[in-house]
Amino acid sequence: MINAVGREIPEKIGSYVVKPYAGPMETIEADAPVVSKRKPSKRAVGENKLLPDLKAAILATGLKDGMTISFHHSFREGDKIIGQVLTVIRELGIKGLRFAPSAVVNIKNPSIVSFVKDGTINRIQASGIRGELGDAVVNGEVELAEPVILRPHGSRPHAIETGDLTIDVAFIGASAADDFGNCTGQIGPNACGALGYSFIDATSADKVVVITDNLVPYPCVPMSISQMYVDYVVKVDEIGDPAKIGAGATRMTKNPRDLLIAQRCADIMAASRLFKDGYSFQTGAGAIPVACTNFLADYTEQAGIQSSFTLGGMTGAIVDMHNRGLLRTMLCSQSFDAVAARAIAEDPNVLEIDNSMYANMFNKSCVLDKLNFGILGALEVDVDFNINILTGSSGEMMGGIGGGPDVADGADISIVTLPIVRGRIPSVVDKVFTCCTPGSSVAVVVTEAGIALNPKHRSYQMLKEDLDAAGIKTVTIESLRDLAYSMTGVPKPIETTDKITCIVEYRDGTVIDVIRQIKRD
Amino acid sequence: MATTKLKRTSLYASGATPINMIQAAFYNEDCIVYDMEDSVPLAEKDSARLLIYNTVRYHRPANKYVMIRVNGLYSEFIEEDLEAAVRARPDAIRIPKVEYKEEAVRICQRITEIEKEAGLEPGKIEVWCNIESYLGMINAYEIATADPRIEALALGAEDFTASMKSTRTKAGLEIFYARNAILTACRQAGIEAIDAVFSDINDPEGLKEDTTLTRNLGFDGKTCVHPRQIDIVNSFFTPSAKEIKYALRVLEAVEEGKRLKKGAVTLDGSMIDKPMELRARTTLAQAEAAGVAIGGNLK
Repeated sequence: MINAVGREIPEKIGSYVVKPYAGPMETIEADAPVVSKRKPSKRAVGENKLLPDLKAAILATGLKDGMTISFHHSFREGDKIIGQVLTVIRELGIKGLRFAPSAVVNIKNPSIVSFVKDGTINRIQASGIRGELGDAVVNGEVELAEPVILRPHGSRPHAIETGDLTIDVAFIGASAADDFGNCTGQIGPNACGALGYSFIDATSADKVVVITDNLVPYPCVPMSISQMYVDYVVKVDEIGDPAKIGAGATRMTKNPRDLLIAQRCADIMAASRLFKDGYSFQTGAGAIPVACTNFLADYTEQAGIQSSFTLGGMTGAIVDMHNRGLLRTMLCSQSFDAVAARAIAEDPNVLEIDNSMYANMFNKSCVLDKLNFGILGALEVDVDFNINILTGSSGEMMGGIGGGPDVADGADISIVTLPIVRGRIPSVVDKVFTCCTPGSSVAVVVTEAGIALNPKHRSYQMLKEDLDAAGIKTVTIESLRDLAYSMTGVPKPIETTDKITCIVEYRDGTVIDVIRQIKRD
Repeated sequence: MATTKLKRTSLYASGATPINMIQAAFYNEDCIVYDMEDSVPLAEKDSARLLIYNTVRYHRPANKYVMIRVNGLYSEFIEEDLEAAVRARPDAIRIPKVEYKEEAVRICQRITEIEKEAGLEPGKIEVWCNIESYLGMINAYEIATADPRIEALALGAEDFTASMKSTRTKAGLEIFYARNAILTACRQAGIEAIDAVFSDINDPEGLKEDTTLTRNLGFDGKTCVHPRQIDIVNSFFTPSAKEIKYALRVLEAVEEGKRLKKGAVTLDGSMIDKPMELRARTTLAQAEAAGVAIGGNLK
């Protein structure tokens, strides 16, 4: 069958029954009660939650073949928890696990692929599987029992609450914890900041293990996750390297192309009638978003106004805007650098929030419903404004879905920023290889070569009037594609087999696309 | 002379870095200079030449004044560079390190020959001469008037200070005389004068200070060493709303004086003389060229 963004998808993929993406106004309502695997559990008098090592904790959880384990990805490429836990699981001979972290970034030591090859893991669900693991999956180098399910940040808590994703054991890395399991990522030598991804795991998993390298006297303050959800605590030598969280993605760029795109992005926001006292925005991490935040701060100061809140992943640039009095509140589900991680602990207006509160559309409301401006990155955009943030020019897994589809849908004005070409590869194309975010939710595409407004977006008329009034010129998305192709030529389509390796879900749980196995010579 | 063709900013894009050549088209510089000279390693001269030829001939950026900087007059590459550069049909060819009138004459003659061989309209391609030594500075007027093709002289401060045994500083006192000498030669010859780069790309305040001097001295533009400098430099050469308003008032007063057959015209108690009228016309011409709304009936 063909879904609402024109993608051909089978009705069933193995045992997975496909609910096709049907369009922005066709969300399937959830009407069943929220489910959880969490059980009432009384601590026995004298029972010690603090166990001597990971092996003892894993044995205590009763983890068995075929169960589901979860992790957060707040340490990103600096994570040292996933590797340690999987290594112990391998030593225990437990096989066929479903691996369901909030995301897999490029963790190489140890290689996650090796745990798939030896059968420790045989199913994967995450918002992204960037790097070696993702490439092994799309290239068919590893055999999984079912296709990988990739879903946006806001959709993961929903999948857990509907029972589509049940978690048997959640392993939660924390930079400080006490012996009863109260824990946080805000303090300690290896602070990672917000633990927003793990709240749903803590409240919904059957068993919860907190792993820390910084055991503090009871009670641990700040207390991001409460002892009432935690079964066991383990102290290890090191949980992660915070220097690798941002990996340079939070510094102010000097790249003139990125600065130009960021400036244009800020110009659009400042020209909008929504740019007034109390406006809200989400920029995120990366060269362009950080530069855009700095430009936006200057515009806010010049206008003599204050932003009411920013949302999602935080950077030092956003903290700086807050410290200048230009931003009242930071609603933080993830911290991208040490400055942002510290800010939660030090400032009452920097709040650590549940990832579900941030982006889950099936809450009674999520914060994205109040967002004015959302900035998104992309690997490719097509002439229907569809966004690919997963796969690169030869099908390699280059990114994760993240919160992009959530932000695009929730924000009044969603702005996609990307260079028109990367090296010899066009970024504006006829049809994206993998559709992650439907074009109907994208208001503007900003490149160094021009700004394209989406005439089908709900804010189009308002935005067109505001940009015209400000003298900001726009071009058609087709002209950007033509310009890109004039420089690079038209790329040959990526050849695939019929085998589906990944299912790409939209924020409402429907299937927006699939990734078929890449044909390699 | 009122300047109407914008040459506020020139940005070099090396023929050895295709991505920079692509990206350079998207910034706000008025003039883009595809470089075959200093930025291109010796081993890549041929590939850079081919790339620049194809870019200018077939993928020329819209709305830019397009230049090609060839290798030095006495280099082994100059003949092939000129062949490719002329046939690519840029707006101008930029010649490095010109010191004598005869050099400028020789290059312009060769350009004419190649134009004829290629069946191109003779004389259409302009020439910019980079003045990068004390000899070039001393002979600036002769160079500026060597051939009608010569459209501009541009000061190259780094080589100039080396030739003078001076130390290059941010304040620029060591090039103050050269700036004035070249500017005077250009004004006398009726061509454009382009100031030297400000080298520190991480010092926007220093750039503003330097460009203030550039503009106050009377230069028509400035070469930029990095895209981040373009908007700052452009802003100094784009008349402000206040300047435009004042220029309009000056010209309205002049017109009113003519209508009333007055010998002397005043504005806000001050006499309007010919230089004031000329400056007002220059301001409006620059504003118009920069696409700034002028308003009023007089331009």
